Amino acid sequence: MAIGASRGQSMRRFASRKSTTAFLLCLPLILLVGCFVVYPAFYAIYLSMLNKKMTAFVGLGNFAFLLKRHTFQLVIFQSCLFAITAVVLKAFFGFILAHLMHNIPGTTQKIWRGLLLVPWVIPLALSTLTWWWMFDPSYSAFNWVLNQFGLDNVPWLGVGWIARLCTITVNVWFGTPFFMIMYLAALKSVPEQLYEAASIDGANARQKLFFVTLPMMRNIISITVLFSLIVTFADFDIVRILTSGGPQDQTHVFATYAFQIGIQSGDIPLGAADSLFMFPILAFAAFFVLRGVTQRTKEIAA
Amino acid sequence: MSATTAEGRKFRKTSLHSQRLWALWGSYAALAVFVVIFLVPPFYTVITSLKSSAEISAQSGSPWMVNHPTLENFWYLITYPNFQTYYLNSAMITVVTVAVSMTISVMAAFSLSRMGFWGSQTLSTGVFLTYLVPPSLLFIPLFQIVGWMGLINNIWCLALLYPTLAVPFCTWIMIGYFSSIPKELDEAALIDGASYVQILLKIFIPVAMPGIIAATIFAFTVAWGAFLYPLAYLYTSNQMVLTVGIISDLIRGDVFQWGKIMAACLLASLPPIVIYAFLMDYYVAGLTAGATKG
Amino acid sequence: MAEVSCRKVVKEYDGGVQAVKGIDLEIADHEFVVLVGPSGCGKSTTLRMIAGLEEITGGEIWIGGDVVNDVPPRDRDIAMVFQNYALYPHMSVFDNMAFGLKLRKFPKDEIKRRVDEAARILDIGVLLDRKPRALSGGQRQRVAMGRAIVRNPKVFLFDEPLSNLDAKLRVQMRTEIKKVHQTVKTTTVYVTHDQIEAMTLADRVVVMNHGIIEQVGTPAEVYHHPTSRFVAGFIGSPAMNFLPCHIDEAGGGGLMVRVNDAIKIKIPAERTARYTPFKGKEMVFGIRPEHLTQRKEEGRPGFEPVDMLVDVVEPMGMETMVHFFVDGAPVCARLDPATIAEPEKMLGLTADMNQMHIMEKETGKVV
Repeated sequence: MAIGASRGQSMRRFASRKSTTAFLLCLPLILLVGCFVVYPAFYAIYLSMLNKKMTAFVGLGNFAFLLKRHTFQLVIFQSCLFAITAVVLKAFFGFILAHLMHNIPGTTQKIWRGLLLVPWVIPLALSTLTWWWMFDPSYSAFNWVLNQFGLDNVPWLGVGWIARLCTITVNVWFGTPFFMIMYLAALKSVPEQLYEAASIDGANARQKLFFVTLPMMRNIISITVLFSLIVTFADFDIVRILTSGGPQDQTHVFATYAFQIGIQSGDIPLGAADSLFMFPILAFAAFFVLRGVTQRTKEIAA
Repeated sequence: MSATTAEGRKFRKTSLHSQRLWALWGSYAALAVFVVIFLVPPFYTVITSLKSSAEISAQSGSPWMVNHPTLENFWYLITYPNFQTYYLNSAMITVVTVAVSMTISVMAAFSLSRMGFWGSQTLSTGVFLTYLVPPSLLFIPLFQIVGWMGLINNIWCLALLYPTLAVPFCTWIMIGYFSSIPKELDEAALIDGASYVQILLKIFIPVAMPGIIAATIFAFTVAWGAFLYPLAYLYTSNQMVLTVGIISDLIRGDVFQWGKIMAACLLASLPPIVIYAFLMDYYVAGLTAGATKG
Repeated sequence: MAEVSCRKVVKEYDGGVQAVKGIDLEIADHEFVVLVGPSGCGKSTTLRMIAGLEEITGGEIWIGGDVVNDVPPRDRDIAMVFQNYALYPHMSVFDNMAFGLKLRKFPKDEIKRRVDEAARILDIGVLLDRKPRALSGGQRQRVAMGRAIVRNPKVFLFDEPLSNLDAKLRVQMRTEIKKVHQTVKTTTVYVTHDQIEAMTLADRVVVMNHGIIEQVGTPAEVYHHPTSRFVAGFIGSPAMNFLPCHIDEAGGGGLMVRVNDAIKIKIPAERTARYTPFKGKEMVFGIRPEHLTQRKEEGRPGFEPVDMLVDVVEPMGMETMVHFFVDGAPVCARLDPATIAEPEKMLGLTADMNQMHIMEKETGKVV
């Protein structure tokens, strides 16, 4: 009995040593995420409820203040417009590109893929500088082209709506390759036999697309779209470099507006409150991404 | 899509071969259009970088052409101490970030995919959710935290913060790759006399090399291209990295030195372009596996 | 070299599922023991407990005179060959075989000597510089065995090592494994679901089912004298035929197996005493397909006639399988290809009643 008991203990010790090692290997990750993601997230909530000098607690005052402000209403509008339009366009062009790529033989595919991925490879902050230069009010290379066709100069970044379209254009240019890669991978994962079976069942190209390709890709499409929605919604680089929010704060998104009021104007609590407005939408998208990924994992396991 | 369908009906009598040939050439043509559109900005970057300031401001002829190509912008930058500092800073921070991120995520991924402990499942999910946290959500509280640590306007604050952006996805990729290694391989190694650390170093890391490469490229991309954190936390040129240094240094008030800016963009984009040119396959495989297998 | 023994070994998984329900097994030094059974019978779990890859919930496992319950795999001095070979893909064949020795800090020349020796035994000397992916299935299997041999362990463990090979190679490797064992004589525990592998390789066969040992014995013992209906049905291919029956009086003091009104077969006189206690009870009659033959050996003691309706005829070349239906139960006979059998017609056969078994219907025990 005594021997049995001590053996049981040592076995437990053996098992617990393994899980201690396992925990220790994860510890740096836990510390990193804990200190610089989880803690700041809670701290942001606390910060957002202080006054500008961070001396008094104002509850939800900052949130109420922001919501009443016209500029902030524009920020909400522009953020949603920017994210939704850009994601839809990226998904659309990405889908077309993936299909085109899927049509051509594998040997040349790599070269085409390499060329199409260029926008995505250049750091966004740098490529946006080029776009800014191409949209330059006096030297715009686009305007030169328009002039050649006898058209007038366009004030690219000078007028609200046009500037909005410009930010979206840059984002679509940058993000489409990502969608293309994801969709191409999804397309390749559809077994050829399914198409053959569909052909024998008499499906035409469009029916194959709707009854074979899309259902098989559904999960990846939704994961990619939601993921991109998060990234696009929280985008900072493009708007900051291209317009800095202008003209007249008409192109500000949450991130750039938070930067302006929080860092540049020094109202940290208000900036924190502004950033936190992103949270519900991000959490919503993140929930569905996670669900999609879990589902996908199960599908692949099965 | 519907166009090809219509064609398919019309050509029903013709051979499958000619139908496929049409689809093939159509695809090539459409892809070529996309490639041209996609490559306009990089092309324009190159063109501008080869122009002297005089040629740019003269506005004579097409801006899409170079009349008197010169390397003076590149020469200026290479010999410009500030630019050298930015480049070195970027390189240094990137190397540190990649090393730290890979160490943390490989260890964690091995533990999460193979060893497991109480709560490890939750942690895996947490890691994935962390990946979905964008930098713009937390940069304001982090500004305070970096301030407490006395690291405002100190480049090393980036070495602390960049890993938070790289580690979650790197861990996620590595979990995927490690999970695809057959369980028997570690059992064989256990019987052969290896400890868990030896299994990680001698079996898992070499076998999962494609995943390691993919994760490394991701960490590199994040560290090299990040913009918000350095913009928010650094303000003197000796501490700056390329992404913010170019803007703050080469744009003085209303004076835009576009030739130099474009040359700087080109030089700064070179490392990622070179890396992707050689290792694109690994990265694409890792990325798609991360999102679809994970 | 060592003996292995399992004493009341239990494996219980989280949630209370018992994969192994207290087995006792003594394996002698140099012995080749095969654990065989259907999937989920606990044979692999038992092997993995011996290897130290699964914790032992209850009982003790001894290797070479020591209790190894708490000994990690690397200190048990065992070697294992896995179903998917588990070769390290990034190492050459030489390094794969040398890995265990390197970890144990063997001197370089000793490692080389041992690897070369193992390569010679397995005839893989020319492959030493190759990577596993450049090898065929059979070659990988050899390397996996080489990795086990170089360590010169107390015990070899094989976990379904031939399942991933095609049928022809499987037969070839089977011989190979037997030859290696004859050379190195290491105590071997071998797990398979293939009863032919078990029969051909084993000194002793351990038949497992539902986490318990059904029978332990030499191949001949488990074939000729199964102790339960499970073993009787599992060993032998095609499987033994089972028909529900009664033991009835057959006049003259003899007994007979009565399957139905049409099929009544006399039991040989020397077994009369054995079955008398079961007279009138519901029993199961078991006879192997090879013991149903054409009606020409009739007259020898114990060879009794039986007529059945043919269902399907399967000519196999060297023999012909004829399938019958008796009261809804399938019956198979392994006949000479010259036999003329037609579906839907009666065929007269001879049952070798010296080789039949009678089991209790409820317990499945052979009586």
